[in-house]
Parts: sequence; structure tokens; C-alpha cells
Amino acid sequence: MNAAPLVALVGNPNAGKSALFNALTGARQKVGNYPGVTVERKSGRLVLDDGRPVELVDLPGAYSLDPSSPDEAVTRDVVTGGSEFERRPDALVVVLDAANLDNHLRFALQLIALGLPVVIALNMVDLAERDGLVLDPAVLARELGVPVVPTVAVRRRGLDQLREALAGAVGGGGIRPHPRTLETESVLQRRARNIASAAIISETPAHRWAHWLDSVALHPVMGPLLLVAVLFTMFQAVFTWATVPADAIDAGFAWLQTQIAAALPDGFVRSLLTDGLIAGVGAVLVFLPQILILFLFILVLEASGYMVRAAFLMDRLMAGVGLSGRAFIPLLSSFACAVPGIMATRTIEDEKERLTTILIAPLMTCSARWPVYTLIIGAMIPNMRLAPFIRLQGLVMFGLLAIGIAGAYVAALLLRRTVTKGASSGFMMEMPKYQMPRLGDIVLGLWTRTLIFLKRAGTIIAATTVVLWLLLSFPKLPEGSAVSPVDYSIGGRIGHGIETVVKPIGFNRDIALALLPAMAAREVAVSAIGTVYAIDDKGEGGEARITDKLRGRWTLPTALAFLMWFVFAPQCISTIAVTRRETNGWKWPAFMVGYLFAAAYIMAGITYWLAVFAGL
Amino acid sequence: MDMSLPVRAALTLEKLPRRQRGMVAAIDWTQLADAEARRLRELGFDEGVGVEVLHRAAIGRGPIACRIGRMTVALRRAVAGAIHVAVPAA
Ligand SMILES: Nc1nc2c(ncn2[C@@H]2O[C@H](COP(=O)(O)OP(=O)(O)OP(=O)(O)O)[C@@H](O)[C@H]2O)c(=O)[nH]1
Ligand SMILES: [Mg+2]
Repeated sequence: MNAAPLVALVGNPNAGKSALFNALTGARQKVGNYPGVTVERKSGRLVLDDGRPVELVDLPGAYSLDPSSPDEAVTRDVVTGGSEFERRPDALVVVLDAANLDNHLRFALQLIALGLPVVIALNMVDLAERDGLVLDPAVLARELGVPVVPTVAVRRRGLDQLREALAGAVGGGGIRPHPRTLETESVLQRRARNIASAAIISETPAHRWAHWLDSVALHPVMGPLLLVAVLFTMFQAVFTWATVPADAIDAGFAWLQTQIAAALPDGFVRSLLTDGLIAGVGAVLVFLPQILILFLFILVLEASGYMVRAAFLMDRLMAGVGLSGRAFIPLLSSFACAVPGIMATRTIEDEKERLTTILIAPLMTCSARWPVYTLIIGAMIPNMRLAPFIRLQGLVMFGLLAIGIAGAYVAALLLRRTVTKGASSGFMMEMPKYQMPRLGDIVLGLWTRTLIFLKRAGTIIAATTVVLWLLLSFPKLPEGSAVSPVDYSIGGRIGHGIETVVKPIGFNRDIALALLPAMAAREVAVSAIGTVYAIDDKGEGGEARITDKLRGRWTLPTALAFLMWFVFAPQCISTIAVTRRETNGWKWPAFMVGYLFAAAYIMAGITYWLAVFAGL
Repeated sequence: MDMSLPVRAALTLEKLPRRQRGMVAAIDWTQLADAEARRLRELGFDEGVGVEVLHRAAIGRGPIACRIGRMTVALRRAVAGAIHVAVPAA
């Protein structure tokens, strides 16, 4: 058996392990300027200069081999060979932040003491220089007894030397440190500090601007104002900046529809293509610009180092419901998608707090729900200007997001007093150094997102749309019949069945039809409505835009109730699946679906009847 | 710790004035939960290390951002209250 040697990247959180992993293997793992970006083991392939392949694994950051959260346990298991499914690494690349040696060396000493061949990547030497630190890698290598290679992962500096050192370490010829009995934490800590100060040649205080930034970002008054401004700008931008590219995409699909309609004879294939695929998938693809703008903001926040500052500011508020500022980071990323958000809760130490965060994460309006909001708001709410920069549509959108957040807050409060009761575990977090987000990283991040979105549109969304189209198109309406073709179809009959359940909260047949496929992916609600109307309107000006059709058929109370439903609505299948995986069983996902279903039904009902009584 | 420094006693990190450089004199581990104590150590809190309070979030009881060694760390006030700090007398 001659498997490629296994090498693990280990080190403190935010040391640049994933950046180094990407640089060495050509992978595109997520990097971000805050601790706890990587929460699971990822492996990749690297070829040494002599042609030998190496399996490299990227691990979650950890402060020690004594895990305090689930992500750190992953690292401990891999490094110590504690996991039964995996072999133990043949060598370790210990990644250190050169600007933070005193702290990172302690874990490095602990890792070296394990006795595996070790290579140290002294990463972020550029940041150390920015901070006025000059280091001597040779001193470090001598003190630690292992090779030390200075690197700048994000500029691909030092990679050749690192590969070379790695070749030595996995070749058997490497220096194998003697396993030692572990000293106490405190002794280790002091040794780390001594080694660090020996390795520092000179130090000139710099980083004034970082101090200045923090004096605004963390200020008791200006800090929260800045945070609110950032979040408000983000949501506002998503709603306003996207109109031009979105209209262009919309026009493109309309053109395609007419071209196909002109080229093909009327019939099964043409209807499937224009009413099913293009109407459905097009209705969703229009929202790509919006989603990219949202991701642009999140990526910039993540890369700059502001995330932990925001967590710091939010801690007080979160403490009020028995959570901590740490939960803010997974919750904010749940605005993009709840699935990575729920994964990111692995960094939360306390099990009950983590569970609570998982249970409320779906209440953050994920990007898949934006299309639904945008479509309905765009069609049903007048775009009145209320004040400079504030329009009614934008305000309703913001209101829906706010209701989601408020709902999450209340849910957390209730959960922490009942099913997830427990003492608060506190809040302690390292704040990363500010960095200018790199354009290349952001573009790559957006590109990755685009691919994921297109893939979703081309697979899940297209498939659900086609199935729905089939259900709605058959059986064919007998000649001369007066009922609508949708009502006569199998799908229409199912829709009427569901309608009886959701009629009390003001939902019509179209909504009933959209609810089920929306479980596959939230956006499908939009494409489903698009498909329903495309089929329904055969022959009577069916090319009208979906918004005009909505205006003719929906009342405002129904629209508001539908929006409210989607604030709370049960999650998509992927969210349920990831919850099952992260909580090891069906109990919590079942609970989550149940409580959110109930909340959605009740809130939508209240909205509908209030709106009806208010005469809207 | 450098004992030649005149020391103002009984000051905790919670009460340390902003921008006043101090040094961790002692940590009352008994006031802390095990997990908290461990994380505190891991973030570099140890006797003899330099500390400075950078910011206090919210006027009320929000967390504190402080500089410990070369790192900026956020922690809650209750924990900061267990960290005794020595400052050179003015
Ligand atoms: N200036 C500079 N930035 C770097 C370097 N290496 C990584 N970074 C940045 O530092 C941040 C952290 O990098 P990651 O690779 O995500 O760190 P990690 O060690 O994988 O972090 P966790 O997964 O949270 O443990 C990112 O913003 C990177 O772009 C470097 O050598 N120089
Ligand atoms: Mg990582």
C-alpha cells in the first residue's frame, strides 16, 4: 500500500491556513478575515517538486488540542488520529501568524510535541512588516528544532520553499522532533513568549490607522450607528442597484421566448420551452444581480475584519436572549443562505447556544427568498417616495427583514427559556487585524456564487419547474370548456386541495400551488407562479409580464399574508438536511419545521385579517 | 512581573481606565468557568503580560475590547473582573 502521504495544515484560527491551502492545491476554499471560517476538514492534492503526490488537508483553526467547540474537535481528531475513519497525518504544516507569534507559538509547541514531522509556515510576514515587526526565521527554526519557511499565502510568496521543506518532512529524511511530555499550559505559554521575543529583531510601533478605525467602529455610540448604516446600505443596495442588470436579463428572456415562439409550431415542445423552462427559470435568473450585490457586501465585510467588530457590538443585544456576539456571524451569513450559516455555528462553544442559533438561522431572510419578496413587492406595493432615498417598496422590504430578525429574537428568547435552557457561556473572541479586501478574492467569490446559482437554476429549479409544468398541463382541457386549463389539470386539483387548508389565511390557488415546490428551493415560488400564469393565460395576451398578471389577480391582503408567510415559512430541504446532520438526528429538524410552520401560519393569518379589516 | 514598579493594587481589567497600559498581575481562576478559564489562557492572558483597554461597547454592560500582547480580544465584563491588573503609579 503506497498511498500519498497525508499532510495536515494546522494552526490558530485566522492564521491563513485556507489561503495557504488554496495557494498550494489550487482549490477555492473559503477564506475570510475572522476566526472560524473553516469548520470542516477539506482535502486537496499537491505535487512535490520531485513528482510525489501529497494529500493536503485544511483544518478548522484551533487554539489548542483541547477543543472547546465542535470545529476544534475536528482538528484534534485529525491531528491526534482520534478519528476511526481516517489515518493519522504523516506530517504537519503548522501555520503561524508572524504578527502574532507570542500567541500562535504556544499551539505550535503543543503540536511539535506530538512527535510528527513538522514544517512551520511563518505566514503573513507582510502584515508583520506593516506592523513594524522584523523577524528572524533562523532563530525560530533553531529554537523550535523544525524548518521554518516565511510565507505570504495571499501573494503566493514562499510556496516553493514550503514545498521543498515539505518534501524533506514526508521523505523520511526529515527531522523528527522527539515526542515530549507536555508541559503545563502556563510553562508552554512562557516558552512561547520567550521564543517570540528572541525571534523578533526589531519592532517599531505602526498601525495607527487601525487604532483610528477601531476608535470609530467600536465606539459606544458611533460603532452601533456605523453598523446600522452598513446593514441598511447593504439591504438598500440590493434592492436599488440591481434594477438595471435585472431588467436587461428580463428583456433577454422575453426576447428568447418570442424567438422560440416564432420558430416552433404551437404544441407540446414549444409550451414546455416557453411556458415551462424559460418562464420559470427566467423568473429566477432575473435575481442574480441582487444576489451578487448581497454577496459583494458580505464578502467585503468578511475580508475586512469588520465581522468580529460587529459581533462585539451585537454581544449586548444577543446576551439579552441568552446568546452571544459570536452567534451574530453565522446569523449574518444566513442572509446569504442558511446552510453555510448553520454549518458556521460549529464555532459556538456552548451546545445549547449553538442549537438555539441553528433553530433561528432560517428566520434570517436568505437570498433565495429575496426574489419572492421583490416580485410581490414590485407588483403589489406602490413605489411611493416617502423621503429622499426612502421609497415605500424599499421600506416594506426592510420591514420584512426586520420582522424576520425580530422573530428570531423572540424565538431565541423563548427557546432559551424552554427547550434550550442553560447557562450562558460568555463571549470571548479574538479580533483580526483590518485588511483591505483584495479585488481578486472578491471577484472569485462572486464568480463562485454565480456558478452555484446558475447550477441551482439549471438543476433543482429547472427540474421542479418542468415537473410543475407537466402537472399543470395535463390532462388537457376538452375543447370548448369554460374552466381554466390550470383548474382542470392534476396540479390544479392538488392546488385546490391545499387551498382549503390555507384559505383561512387568505391564500389563493396560485399560492397553494407555489408552496410545495418552494420546499425544493425558495425561489421556485416565483417560477411556479410564473408557470401557472403562463399556462393560464394561453391565448389571451399571455406574454404580459408576471407583475401585471399578479396585479390583476391578487388582493393586497393576500400579497401581504404571502410575504409574511415567507418570513417564517418552513425551510427548504437543504436546510432541513443540514440541521439533521449538525444535530445528529431528526428531533431538532422536526421541531424546527414544526415551530416555523406554526409561526408562518399564525403570522400570515394575522396579517391577512388585519389588512382586510384595515380595508387595504 | 517587574516588581520594581510601584503598583496600584486591587484594580481589575473591568475597571482599568481606557488607554492606560497595565500588566496582568493575577487572574482569579476560581471566578471563571472551566471553559472560560481555558479560553482566556489560550488567548494569551497570563501573569506578566501587558494589557490595555481599548473600548467598552455600549454604555451599560457591554463587552470590553482590550489589547493583550499583540492581539485585540473581546471579552465580557464579568471575565474582565477576574483579571487583576497592575499599573505603574502616576
Ligand atoms: N496580508 C496577508 N493576508 C493573509 C495572508 N494569508 C492569509 N491572509 C488573509 O488572512 C485572512 C485569514 O485567512 P484564512 O486562510 O481564512 O485563515 P484560516 O487560518 O484558514 O482561518 P480559519 O479557517 O478561520 O481557521 C484572510 O482574509 C486572508 O485573505 C498573508 O500571508 N498575508
Ligand atoms: Mg480556514
